[in-house]
Amino acid sequence: MTKLQNFSKGIIKENPVLVLVLGTCPTLATSTSVESALGMGIAATVVLLCSNIVISLLRKIIPDKVRIPCYIVLIAGFVTMVQMLVKAFAPALDQSLGIYLPLIVVNCIILGRAEMFANKNGVFDSALDALGMGAGFTLTLCLMGTLREVFGSGTFLGMPIPVLSDNKISILTMAPGGFFIFGLLIAAVNKFGKHKPKKSDFGCEGCPSAEICGKAECGKEGA
Amino acid sequence: MTKLIIILLSAVFINNYVLSRFLGICPFLGVSKKLDSATGMSIAVIFVMLMSTAVTYPIQMYVLNPNGLGYLQTIVFILVIAALVQLVEIVLKRYIPSLHKSLGVYLPLITTNCAVLGVTILNIDEGYTFLEAMVNSLGSGLGFFLAMVMFSGVRSKLEGADIPKSFKGLPITLIAASITSLSFMGFGGVIENMFA
Repeated sequence: MTKLQNFSKGIIKENPVLVLVLGTCPTLATSTSVESALGMGIAATVVLLCSNIVISLLRKIIPDKVRIPCYIVLIAGFVTMVQMLVKAFAPALDQSLGIYLPLIVVNCIILGRAEMFANKNGVFDSALDALGMGAGFTLTLCLMGTLREVFGSGTFLGMPIPVLSDNKISILTMAPGGFFIFGLLIAAVNKFGKHKPKKSDFGCEGCPSAEICGKAECGKEGA
Repeated sequence: MTKLIIILLSAVFINNYVLSRFLGICPFLGVSKKLDSATGMSIAVIFVMLMSTAVTYPIQMYVLNPNGLGYLQTIVFILVIAALVQLVEIVLKRYIPSLHKSLGVYLPLITTNCAVLGVTILNIDEGYTFLEAMVNSLGSGLGFFLAMVMFSGVRSKLEGADIPKSFKGLPITLIAASITSLSFMGFGGVIENMFA
């Protein structure tokens, strides 16, 4: 796989949200407006980039048996740094992201990329992978944020849009609208996506806890 | 007492973790296909939420805050939860094997469940007392249970439905979740006015 593919696969072919279906919680929760979607995307990308680089550097030092706890500690450390930076320089963003900022720790995308890519590949490739996945995550969040903000509140980045601001569908900015738009987007990807994802790349099996979860149910579904 | 009841009821119905706060979506979509696994997972979540609140709340109040280490919250909480889940699993395996058999598979999964970390952080952010924090955790767990059980019912109806090809699988599940969440919006404002 070339360097360029390492970067670009995260944006469309292996889009973490729409194709791998990871990190659904922050996607649904922070896509109520473009601004918070963008903020969440960038914060998660920074954490993903740092964690992928460090985990890739340490991949020969961390013993295999305790790798997951090690990754979690590293990721939590980076999340704390990002949290402090956002609090200091973008307090408004901190307000709008609220609880979801510390919850980047348990975002499956980050642990998933550490487990699936960074612990097997070199530093440069891992950084490219992180940037690509982060870009895919951010773009998807922004797409959902745009749809929900334009049709739900009739604004774009806070600026009112002439006709739509008088005919807004407020339910789209609330919880049911989030599920609905996300469902429609995935259906659209299923319909128009040229690259059919391999089964092993899909859903549960891409998740870092798939092994344990498989015992429960996902494995049986094969989804 | 009234405040405790309000906290409990609003955690279950209004601020439902899955359907209005979007926490714990992965198990909600992944394990809700059958009623018994949905129930097992939810009971494990209630249990872990209560345990981890009981441990993390005193840590934040009596260890981190007095020493000015509040910024270590995220990293300490996730480690405490992960260690606690492991410990619970070992204890259950040794002393109550029957319970371990039914809940065991769900326990490790909960470590990386954002609902558990979410509830412990929210308890601190909301400035609850210890008792209020425990009641909020119980309510959040019960809300999760309610959403899971309701949704597994919805999904069993979906099985036989004739769905357009591109909507099969996840998309239709999300649309169904959207409608389930719509039904929960009906509770908005009810609890506050009940005691007013």
